[in-house]
Amino acid sequence: MTAKRKPLYTVVIYPDWCKGCGICAAFCPKKVLRIDHQGKARVDREDECINCGFCELHCPDFAIVVRPRNGMGSSFPEPIPGTAATPCAPPGAAASPPSEAAQSPEPKKA
Amino acid sequence: MAEVTQLIHQYLRHNKKFPLVFCPGCGIGIVLGSLVRSVHALGIPKDDMAVVAGIGCSGRIAAYVDFNTVHATHGRALTLSTGIKMASPHLRVLTVMGDGDALSIGGNHLIHAARRNIGVTALVVNNFIYGMTGGQCSPTTPFGSYTHTSPQGQMEKSFDVVEMARAAGANGVYRGTVFHAKALDGLLQRAMSRPGFNLVEVLTPCFTQYGRGNKFRSPVEMFQWLKDHVVPREVYDKLDDKAGKIPMGIFVENDEPGLEQRHAAMRQALADKGGAGS
Repeated sequence: MTAKRKPLYTVVIYPDWCKGCGICAAFCPKKVLRIDHQGKARVDREDECINCGFCELHCPDFAIVVRPRNGMGSSFPEPIPGTAATPCAPPGAAASPPSEAAQSPEPKKA
Repeated sequence: MAEVTQLIHQYLRHNKKFPLVFCPGCGIGIVLGSLVRSVHALGIPKDDMAVVAGIGCSGRIAAYVDFNTVHATHGRALTLSTGIKMASPHLRVLTVMGDGDALSIGGNHLIHAARRNIGVTALVVNNFIYGMTGGQCSPTTPFGSYTHTSPQGQMEKSFDVVEMARAAGANGVYRGTVFHAKALDGLLQRAMSRPGFNLVEVLTPCFTQYGRGNKFRSPVEMFQWLKDHVVPREVYDKLDDKAGKIPMGIFVENDEPGLEQRHAAMRQALADKGGAGS
């Protein structure tokens, strides 16, 4: 397609965490990424991105984030319902039930 | 896909040294990401997860994840895991070992953990070499490949981790690679959700120590090698020319109860018989 398309996804690289191994640039099916002269991955043709997720899954340093633009859904399958909140709950939310549970057994022991 | 990286960050210890200590092109970071995604997909709370790691490059995984972690002595990761699982059977214990850690120094512990069928998931990160100590040949170094201690080519035959775990009686044996990351997620989830001793071998490139001495010009070539040579087990069985190809997937799946389940059953039987058995 010759006409300039509006990109559907944003590809963000965190240069501080990128080590320039080149895996993302070599295996990207649409050649969105390349390694620049500083040895870091750089987003070159963002409008070609198809959100396959290869770079994000295979970046050994967690330096790439592919994000749909506004109004677009995600292709990543949702985790098992009801379980996602358990390991990822904020500390404040998780702290209240154990404190109540910890108070109740104490009178029984005494 | 943005959820993937956000999710991994929720499980990392951000006070540790970042970026990861691994060399550029090392696949252990992908193993770490796969581990986190698998734990998240299974819905295991952080406090119910115990990660025991041995010595070596792969041992650094335990320092980065925010679970209950132990960085064990060399080769003894499985013995510590055995103790943890027997003392606290409600914990999901995952043991991360390198190939040298699991097969040479800890080889005895590996076969006996498989024989006992202790309910531990062993993740053997196989990069074909002793990476951290300077590039000596390991029990899984392929025949004929060059390392610092075999400059004329490795003369010894290499271990097949899958066949050894099968022979030792492991409940589940799997093999994946870091190139096939989504398949690795599935294998890890399967291994962690099943009873007994489950072993997952992960093939990982080590460019710094192994690749440079073996005519790989970049980490990308090592990933390309994995892509070309590792095929699913179903495809491998139908191949006419199997030379140089490595099968991946599910190899063994038995449903025998783990040692800690047998132990609990024995305690229950004794308590029923003698009344005050404990």
